[in-house]
Amino acid sequence: MAAGVAAWLPFARAAAIGWMPVANLPMPVAPTEKNKRQDELIILNVSGRRFQTWRNTLDRYPDTLLGSSEKEFFYNEETKEYFFDRDPDVFRSVLNFYRTGKLHYPRYECISSYDEELAFFGIIPEIIGDCCYEEYKDRKRENAERLMDDQEDNKDSKLPNMTFRETMWRAFENPHTSTMALVFYYVTGFFIAISVITNVVETVPCGSAPNQKEVPCGERYTVAFFCMDTACVMIFTVEYLMRLFAAPSRYRFMRSVMSIIDVVAILPYYIGLVMTDNEDVSGAFVTLRVFRVFRIFKFSRHSQGLRILGYTLKSCASELGFLLFSLTMAIIIFATVMFYAEKGSSSSKFTSIPASFWYTIVTMTTLGYGDMVPKTIAGKIFGSICSLSGVLVIALPVPVIVSNFSRIYHQNQRADKRRAQKKARLARIRISKTGSSSAFLHSKRNGLFNEALELTVRPEEQRLSKSTSLLESQHHHLLHCLEKTTVSAHNHEFVDEQCYQQSYLEAGLQTYPSRSPSLSSQDGVTGTCCTRRSKKRHTPLPNASAQAHMHPLTHPHAHQQGLQELSTIHIQPLSTSRSSLNMRVDEPAPLNCQSGQITTAIISIPTPPATTPEGDAHPPAGPAHQNVVKVSAL
Amino acid sequence: MLYFLGYPQNGHRRGVRARLMRLFPCSTAKKPSASNQNSVEDELELSAVRHRPEGLEQLEAQTRFSRKELQILYRGFKNECPSGVVNEDTFKDIYAQFFPQGDASTYAHFLFNAFDTDHNGSVSFEDFVMGLSILLRGTVQEKLNWAFNLYDINKDGYITKEEMLDIMKAIYDMMGKCTYPVLKEETPRQHVEIFFQKMDKNKDGVVTIDEFIDCCQNDENIMRSMHLFENVI
Repeated sequence: MAAGVAAWLPFARAAAIGWMPVANLPMPVAPTEKNKRQDELIILNVSGRRFQTWRNTLDRYPDTLLGSSEKEFFYNEETKEYFFDRDPDVFRSVLNFYRTGKLHYPRYECISSYDEELAFFGIIPEIIGDCCYEEYKDRKRENAERLMDDQEDNKDSKLPNMTFRETMWRAFENPHTSTMALVFYYVTGFFIAISVITNVVETVPCGSAPNQKEVPCGERYTVAFFCMDTACVMIFTVEYLMRLFAAPSRYRFMRSVMSIIDVVAILPYYIGLVMTDNEDVSGAFVTLRVFRVFRIFKFSRHSQGLRILGYTLKSCASELGFLLFSLTMAIIIFATVMFYAEKGSSSSKFTSIPASFWYTIVTMTTLGYGDMVPKTIAGKIFGSICSLSGVLVIALPVPVIVSNFSRIYHQNQRADKRRAQKKARLARIRISKTGSSSAFLHSKRNGLFNEALELTVRPEEQRLSKSTSLLESQHHHLLHCLEKTTVSAHNHEFVDEQCYQQSYLEAGLQTYPSRSPSLSSQDGVTGTCCTRRSKKRHTPLPNASAQAHMHPLTHPHAHQQGLQELSTIHIQPLSTSRSSLNMRVDEPAPLNCQSGQITTAIISIPTPPATTPEGDAHPPAGPAHQNVVKVSAL
Repeated sequence: MLYFLGYPQNGHRRGVRARLMRLFPCSTAKKPSASNQNSVEDELELSAVRHRPEGLEQLEAQTRFSRKELQILYRGFKNECPSGVVNEDTFKDIYAQFFPQGDASTYAHFLFNAFDTDHNGSVSFEDFVMGLSILLRGTVQEKLNWAFNLYDINKDGYITKEEMLDIMKAIYDMMGKCTYPVLKEETPRQHVEIFFQKMDKNKDGVVTIDEFIDCCQNDENIMRSMHLFENVI
C-alpha cells in the first residue's frame, strides 16, 4: 500500500459502513490502538541538517529503519532528536520517500553511495519510481560492469593448480598471460595475413608468355600457391583442434561465432581435396574458394575494434532492420513510379520494375552511376524526388547505430583506462603505506624517547610531543599496546615492508604461552633485516605475573618459521602501566627502559585499501586475518 | 504558409489568419478558432482547478470533528490530491489500492456518487469531511440514511432489485476471484434475494427508506456493526 494512500485508510474503513446493512453475519471486532498517541513532530538530525516530520509519516513503512524501533538506537537524549551521521543530500530522497510514497533517484548522485544509504535505511531500491528507475538501472549496470572488469583483471593473476587444459584455454583467450601464448597469437595472425594475401595475389595477372594471354598468378605457380594454402590450412586446423581440446565447454565453443568462422575458413580446402577434378562439381568448387575470404574474419580475435563493430551491429539489429525495411519500401515505391513514368519513352532502360530497382538504389544512395537515366520529364521529376528522399531515409537510422557503437567503444576504452589507472592507484597506495609505517616506526623511536624521558624529566614532554598530532599519537599508542599485548616466545614487532614481505610467505603463527617472562628464545629467526631487531632485550614486565591474557587468535596456516610478524593479537587488558609502554629499542640506542615484551601484530586491512594513510600504517596481514582489527583513522 | 512569412503578433494572429482563411471558399475558419479558444480555456480551467476548502472554524461547526482531527484529515487529503479535489478516477485508484485482489472500481463509483453530494463530478474536501463526519460521528439514523443513499443509485427514494443487484455485484467484485469457497455467478443474486426478503416488508419489490431503517434497527448485527468504526480517526 502506498504511503499517501495510508492516509486514506480511515476513509476506506468508514466507507465500509456501506456494507453493513447487506451483511448477514456479524462483523469481526475492530483492532484497537492501545496507546493512541497524538501525532507529533520528530526531528531527524542528519549530519547537522535538521529534518522534521510527523511521526506517522515515518510509521508508514514499518520495515525500514526509520519506521521501526531501530531508530531508537540513534536517539539522542539531550537534544531529543534522532541523529544520523549520514549524507544529508541523499537523506532528502529517503525522507521524501516516506512523505510521498515514491522513491526518486537524483541524477547527480553517485550510484554506490546512494545504494549504501538505501541499504542503511533499510529501503529496497526496487521501489524507485518509474520516473527514475531507468536511470538508476543504467547507472547500476555500468557500475556492475566496471566492477566485473576489475574482477576480471584480478583473475588474471596466476592461480595455482590449473590443469594443462585450463592453462591452454587461458593462453588462448588472453595472449598476454604467457610468452608462449603471445608467440602463438602472433604466429596465427601472421598466417592469417599470409593466407589472405595469397588469396588476393592468386588472381593478379602475372606476366605471360608472348603468345599466350595473361594468366593469373594462381594458374602460373599452381604448386607454390597450393603449398602455401596447405600450410595455412594446416596451421588453422591445428589451432582449431587445440582450441576445441582446451575449451571448457566444447559444445558451447563449437556454437560460438569464432569457431564457426574458423570452420568455414578451412572447410573449402578439405572439400576441394575430397572432390578431385570432377567436371560437374568444378563450378561448385570455384564457388567454395570464395569462402576462403572468411579467413579475414579470423582477425577479429586479434582486433578489439573489429569485435566491437560486430557487437554493435548485433545490438543494433532492430535499427538495421528498420533501415532495411524502410529502404525496401522506398525502393519499391520509386521503382514502380519510375517504371511507369519512363514507359512511354523509347529506348528506355527501365524495362521492368525490378530493372528499375537498380536505378532507385543507385539514386537513393546518391551514387548515380549514370548507366540508367530517366529521359521523360516526369521521370526526371520523380528521379529527383527519389534522390532527395534517399538521403533522408538513410540518414535517419544511422546516428542510432553510430551512437551505439560509440557507447560500446568508449566502454571498452574506459576498461583499458581503468586498468592503467589501477596500477597507478596501487602504486600510490603502496607509497602511502610505506610512508605511514615508517612514520610509525619513526615515532615509535621518538616515542621511546618521549616515554623514557617522561620518566625522568616530566616537563619536557610538552616539547617533544609536538612532533606528532594527537591522532597520530593515539594511533601509535594503540599499536604500542598491540605490540605489548602479544606475549610470545619470539620477539614481534612492527617491521618495515621488506622484512614483512620476505617473511610473509614463511610467516606463521605460534600459539603463545600465556606468560613468558623472559623472551629469550629465538628459534628459527631467519630473516635478515629483521633479525637485528628481533633480538629481544627486555626485562620482564613488572606486573607480568598479574596479567591475564586472552587467548590468542590462531592463524590457520601455522608455519613453524617463527619469524616475527604475522602474529595474533593478544589483548592484555592490564598492561597500562607506564613502564609497560616502554618499548624495546634498537641496539644502537639502548635506553634505560623497562620494556615489556614486544610482539608484532599485523593488522589486516581489507583488500580495497582505500583507508587513510594512518590506517594503512602496517603492511597487510596474511589472508586469514581479514576480520582482525581494522585500524582506520583513529 | 503563415509560418514561413513570419509569425505575426498575437494581436494580429486571429485577424490575419481569419482574413487569409476567408480567401478560401470552403474553409471552416470559424470552427477551428472557436474550438481553439474553447480548448485553451478548458486547459486553463483544468490546470487552475484548485479548490481551497472553507475555513477551519466553519468546518468545525459543520462537522463533528475536532480541530486537530480536521487538520490530520486535511493533511492526508491534500497529500494525495494536491489540487484539492478528487475526481472519480483518482478516487477509484485510491480505493483500488485497498483491495488489490479484486476490482473495486464499480463500488468506488457508487461510493463516489454517495460522497459527491452536489453531483459536480468531483469530491472536495468539504464533501469528504461531511461524509466522514456522518459515517464516523453520526447517529445510527444518519448512518443508515447514508447507506440508503448509497444503495439508491438513481436517488429516487426506492431501492429496486436491480439497483441492489448492481451494488451487490460491485461488492462481490471487490473480493476478486481467489476466494474460498469459490464465488459463483448466483451468489450475488441469492444475496439480493435474502436482503429483499429481510427488508421488503410489504413485498412490493422495492425498499423504501422507512422499511430500510426499521428493519436495520431491529437487526442486532447491523446495529452492532454500525458502531464498529467509531474510533477510526
